[in-house]
Amino acid sequence: MSALLVRAVGGPVLVQDAGRPGHAAIGVGSAGAADRASYTLGGRLVGNEPGAAALEVVLGGLEVEADGHVTVCVTGAPAPLEVEGRPEPSGAVLTLRPGQRLRLGTPASGLRSYLSVRGGLELPPLLGSRARDTLAGLGPEPVRVGAVLPVGTRAPGEVLVDAVPPSRYDAVPVVRVVRGPRDDWAADPDALVARTWRVGGASDRVGLRLEGDPLGVVPGKGELPSEGALRGAVQLPPDGHPVVFGPDHPVTGGYPVIAVVVDADTDRLAQLRPGEELRFRWV
Amino acid sequence: MRLLPYGDRGLLVELADTAAAVSAAAALRTDTAVAELVADVVPGARTVLLVARPGVSVDRLRTVVPDEKHLLGAGNGAFGQGLPGPEVIIPVVYDGPDLAAVAELTGLSAEEVVAAHTATSWQVAFGGFAPGFAYLVGGDPRLRVPRRDQPRTTVPAGSVGLAGEFSGVYPRASPGGWQLIGRTDAVLWDIERDPPALLAAGITVRFEASER
Repeated sequence: MSALLVRAVGGPVLVQDAGRPGHAAIGVGSAGAADRASYTLGGRLVGNEPGAAALEVVLGGLEVEADGHVTVCVTGAPAPLEVEGRPEPSGAVLTLRPGQRLRLGTPASGLRSYLSVRGGLELPPLLGSRARDTLAGLGPEPVRVGAVLPVGTRAPGEVLVDAVPPSRYDAVPVVRVVRGPRDDWAADPDALVARTWRVGGASDRVGLRLEGDPLGVVPGKGELPSEGALRGAVQLPPDGHPVVFGPDHPVTGGYPVIAVVVDADTDRLAQLRPGEELRFRWV
Repeated sequence: MRLLPYGDRGLLVELADTAAAVSAAAALRTDTAVAELVADVVPGARTVLLVARPGVSVDRLRTVVPDEKHLLGAGNGAFGQGLPGPEVIIPVVYDGPDLAAVAELTGLSAEEVVAAHTATSWQVAFGGFAPGFAYLVGGDPRLRVPRRDQPRTTVPAGSVGLAGEFSGVYPRASPGGWQLIGRTDAVLWDIERDPPALLAAGITVRFEASER
């Protein structure tokens, strides 16, 4: 069996796949790729079956060495690629020969790149998934230097495309939100869409912490009984700074959710860097 | 009962109380029309969140949710009536650091707190705090106590706690604000086990006082 040997790591590198939905009742969330569209595209380009495990790489810096012939593709944040020091187009499908090293530089825009491997990463699944859940501490450990990542042999699809155009991310995205279910807990819910928000430094896969003029909270409502949550839910904590849940959000939460980002737009949220701005609009 | 939209993939079913939410979650989980359209059913304290499968609209999901009468009258859950589901016995050493505080808050003696905690069968209402953590309901109403003013930064695995109408067992060491009345050796979460969670929906729990 071939493998990828991890030679250098920059930002966090996690094993991710399509996630493990369906286990909320035992306190286990879905997790999975933060930018599902980029992850799915990468898997398709290397001919993988849906749900094959890939690497989610924050801000490049990853270097891997092929043990055997390994076909890979990088999607999402357009990290510049080098094979044995030679530049390769970002978004290209590359076959690494035994001993060759692939390096991901820092992407010009976006936050998370996906390194898909033909055959998928063959790590032990938990509840049907190889996704790392950073909040619950489930799934494969974060990838460190020296890790050996076995590559599977199942890849039903052909490799038909040499490269795709790299992704580009607009400066201040406007993401669509559906009002509610607890918009009556915000003094002025429309202020959510009227203001420009900045992504706080403590943001992660659990949630984007938004900075800006805080939202007013309706006083005297007491405590909301815990209720189920979803990625894209905009929670309003008592300090008025919204938190937008990411893939590793808590299964249930106690702060009111005043709006929920349209599912398709949550992928864009996964590419926002701390300090970048965003806006919302109602649908 | 109210149906609230939760983005373009979720529908939040809001009920009157936890008992109704437990019944509704059980009914929704076993409803074949609902099961065809949902990726997950997420029970909460007063709500059940239905998560649509990709490509299924909230409007379509709304059409298959049974009305309140059918949801709560399906005979699959009113608790306190002895569910047919499996029962799990959890042995507890009642020497928790908050046992005296709970006694004071409830006006009971420490022995009466233990007697009340072991006297009723509890039911799994929902999960969510950590893998394997189950919010248990159906206890003696005299045991309702607030959370601690100051959460602990570390609560050991196996700690048995109370908060509001709930009791629960910490599956692993974590921060926590519940009032701790005891500890157990029962393993709530083990990824080598199938299923990994000891407690799941529909399970009845009995606590038993143990010497050690």
